[in-house]
Amino acid sequence: MNIWQKLTDKPWLAQPEGMDPALLQNPQQYWPERTALRFFMLTASVVFSLFVMTMLGRSQLPDFHALAGEPWLPLSQPGQLWWNSGMLLLGSISLHSALVLMRRNKQQMALIAVVVGWLLTLLFLVAQYQVWQQLAFAGFGFTSNPASNYFYLLSAVHGVHLLGGLIAISTVLHLLWQQQSAETITGRLSLCVTYSHFMLVVWLLLFALLTSPASTIDTLAALCGFSGGGYD
Amino acid sequence: MTAGVEVGQKEHEDHSGSFLTRYVWSQDHKVIAIQYGVTAILVGLVALLLSALMRLQLGFPDQFSFINPASYLQFVTMHGMIMVVYLLTALLLGGFGNYLIPLMVGARDMVFPYLNMLSYWTYLLSVIVLMASFFVPGGPTGAGWTLYPPQAILPGTPGAEMGILMMLISLGIFIVAFTMGGLNYVCTVLQARTRGMTLMRMPLTIWGIFVATIMGLLAFPALLVSAIMMFLDSVAGTSFFMPAVMSLGEQLDHSGGSPILFQHLFWFFGHPEVYIVALPAFGMVSDVLATHARKNIFGYRMMVWAIVIIGGLSFVVWAHHMYVSGMNPYFGFFFATTTLIIAVPTAIKVYNWILTLWRGNIHLTVPMLFAIGFIFTFVHGGLSGLFLGNVVIDLPLSDTYFVVGHFHMVMGVSPVMVLFAAIYHWFPKVSGKMLHTGLGKFHFWATFLGTYAVYLPMHYLGFLGVPRRYYAMGGTDFIPESAQSLNASITVSAIIVAVVQLIFVFNLIWSLRHGKAAGHNPWQATTLEWQTPDTPPKHGNWGATQPVVYRWAYDYSVPGAKDDFIPQNVPDSAVEVTDKLAFAEAGK
Repeated sequence: MNIWQKLTDKPWLAQPEGMDPALLQNPQQYWPERTALRFFMLTASVVFSLFVMTMLGRSQLPDFHALAGEPWLPLSQPGQLWWNSGMLLLGSISLHSALVLMRRNKQQMALIAVVVGWLLTLLFLVAQYQVWQQLAFAGFGFTSNPASNYFYLLSAVHGVHLLGGLIAISTVLHLLWQQQSAETITGRLSLCVTYSHFMLVVWLLLFALLTSPASTIDTLAALCGFSGGGYD
Repeated sequence: MTAGVEVGQKEHEDHSGSFLTRYVWSQDHKVIAIQYGVTAILVGLVALLLSALMRLQLGFPDQFSFINPASYLQFVTMHGMIMVVYLLTALLLGGFGNYLIPLMVGARDMVFPYLNMLSYWTYLLSVIVLMASFFVPGGPTGAGWTLYPPQAILPGTPGAEMGILMMLISLGIFIVAFTMGGLNYVCTVLQARTRGMTLMRMPLTIWGIFVATIMGLLAFPALLVSAIMMFLDSVAGTSFFMPAVMSLGEQLDHSGGSPILFQHLFWFFGHPEVYIVALPAFGMVSDVLATHARKNIFGYRMMVWAIVIIGGLSFVVWAHHMYVSGMNPYFGFFFATTTLIIAVPTAIKVYNWILTLWRGNIHLTVPMLFAIGFIFTFVHGGLSGLFLGNVVIDLPLSDTYFVVGHFHMVMGVSPVMVLFAAIYHWFPKVSGKMLHTGLGKFHFWATFLGTYAVYLPMHYLGFLGVPRRYYAMGGTDFIPESAQSLNASITVSAIIVAVVQLIFVFNLIWSLRHGKAAGHNPWQATTLEWQTPDTPPKHGNWGATQPVVYRWAYDYSVPGAKDDFIPQNVPDSAVEVTDKLAFAEAGK
């Protein structure tokens, strides 16, 4: 029964006598954690979207100077960020492999894949911190200009969300260590994998935005209605 | 990942445990609801006291040495923020949402009880941080409840040092608490409904709370984002919102930021917030009206659709709070149009409430009085909203008492009327005791008439041009002196209304011990929370077996049925029918 059919239901009419009321409901899997994760990802998407919207708006004010686009700008050749993105991608793939291995009942291999995924994600966070240090060393500290503000802010917010993911993956490791049932582990792991992919996509979008030259940012801002330096 | 709705039964069978785990660190949704409710009411009383202090200054200027311009602004700010976020949102969703969702959908508890407990303690932390700001150097922020930059963090604004930071931190913590609670409410509605409880059989209370929670999950991020950015502007010297500013003769480090950007973010949260408060109230008042008029709710499907449509539209009207910010006139036109469109589903709801009452068997119980009172105050607040939704009328009225009168009628008094209706209606289930009817009726009439005496004259003050937010009138010679007499009268009424609320608090406490025993279903209501085997319901709610739902929530006065209500968990075969033909014609 789709949502339209549900909303046009006539609940005041009696159900046929003797009919099991449960037949009126869609048989659905009881998996509230998955529902919660979906709503959480929705909420997190709004957080990131709003930060990005404010950045696009702020970019149209005269003191905003993009961090890429000219040879002397620090993110014109973001080699380190490519490496970092690679780590996050590999981490996500590793976790996905763990899920596939769990489904094939290869628990030991899955444990290794989860550990690798966990380490790569942690490594990504450390490497991001290194990028911060490099930027600051190059004279683009947190408060140096609005574009820097947003680079640090957005990467920090992404990092905090990723830290939450690391904690969740740690609980999977705990379950694996305790040799809990495969069904329990697979369920939890599949949620971690979904979240990990989500955070990867968010990072790639942020990466693309934060390393865009001024012209690209201006185009995006114009598409969102921010042009002429105002928010009106 | 287990199938079936009987999940969680086993863990709820164990009622043992220490006092601490049962009543303090409890994971039972009912205990958590009461914790939320008591905390919200206590902090609400603080906000009520602050409003009385504001009114003392406005009614009798400069008579009280402990109120100065700075403290006045702090009272305004803290009153507004506490009432909107820490009282109304917390009580409606954290309190009633927690208590009613599992009971009304036939679940044993929330789907994540531990997270639910964590949500309350995080909320309490946010309240403690907020209250602590009264005691930091410089006191709480006096930036106005909208916390507009640049003034919110500039020297000269009360609480610009520590107070504003405490406010922003507290809001951040509150949003974390709300997210934990909100995920619980949504997942419980979607996943833990008992057998037969289809979405369209859910009581409107649950629909209101459900949609409002989804809105909260989408709107509170805007407040979080703006709070984080303003916090950084204040402590790290960034310029997200801060333009170049000369302060006390000195050029500050900020430059280039946009204060209007903050306004957009704030109201992208702020307007949905109005409906985050209103939708649960709409739902609860629908159930109270139907129960006490002994009549099915008129246009149930339309009521559900209206809740969903209002929820959606509320995200595209935010800038009607910003007509005076100098926005592009085309934007103003767009937002005026969406604002007027949202009046359509809202009006549908009002008509349906009135049509529910029409030819109903109206019982003027205390909850019903408050519910009918709500229809009056909401219509008044809504109608003045139609004026303010139009740009040309809003511009001259925006910074006057007309707006104060409007939003207090629609956003303050109306949800509070529903909260009182809900407390009088569900208190017997929560405590097993009835609230005292005489005290309740006195409380209603004094509150209803008193709030009219407070807020109706404010509309006239607004027409006269009396500015809001001002500590004293100063050089506003165009305002006649009679306005001051009206202000004094409003203050006297406000203090009477405030004192009357103490009678309500007394009634709550007195009735807990001395109230008449309520029995299982004192209002002869149909919804599931009244069908529990125990009153108050025990941990796990339903004893050995969960209820099975056979009908919608509004089978009142069904033609041909012997009783004037048929509970949701009663199958047709168990209904005592006196006129089979009439019963069948009614679609039963």
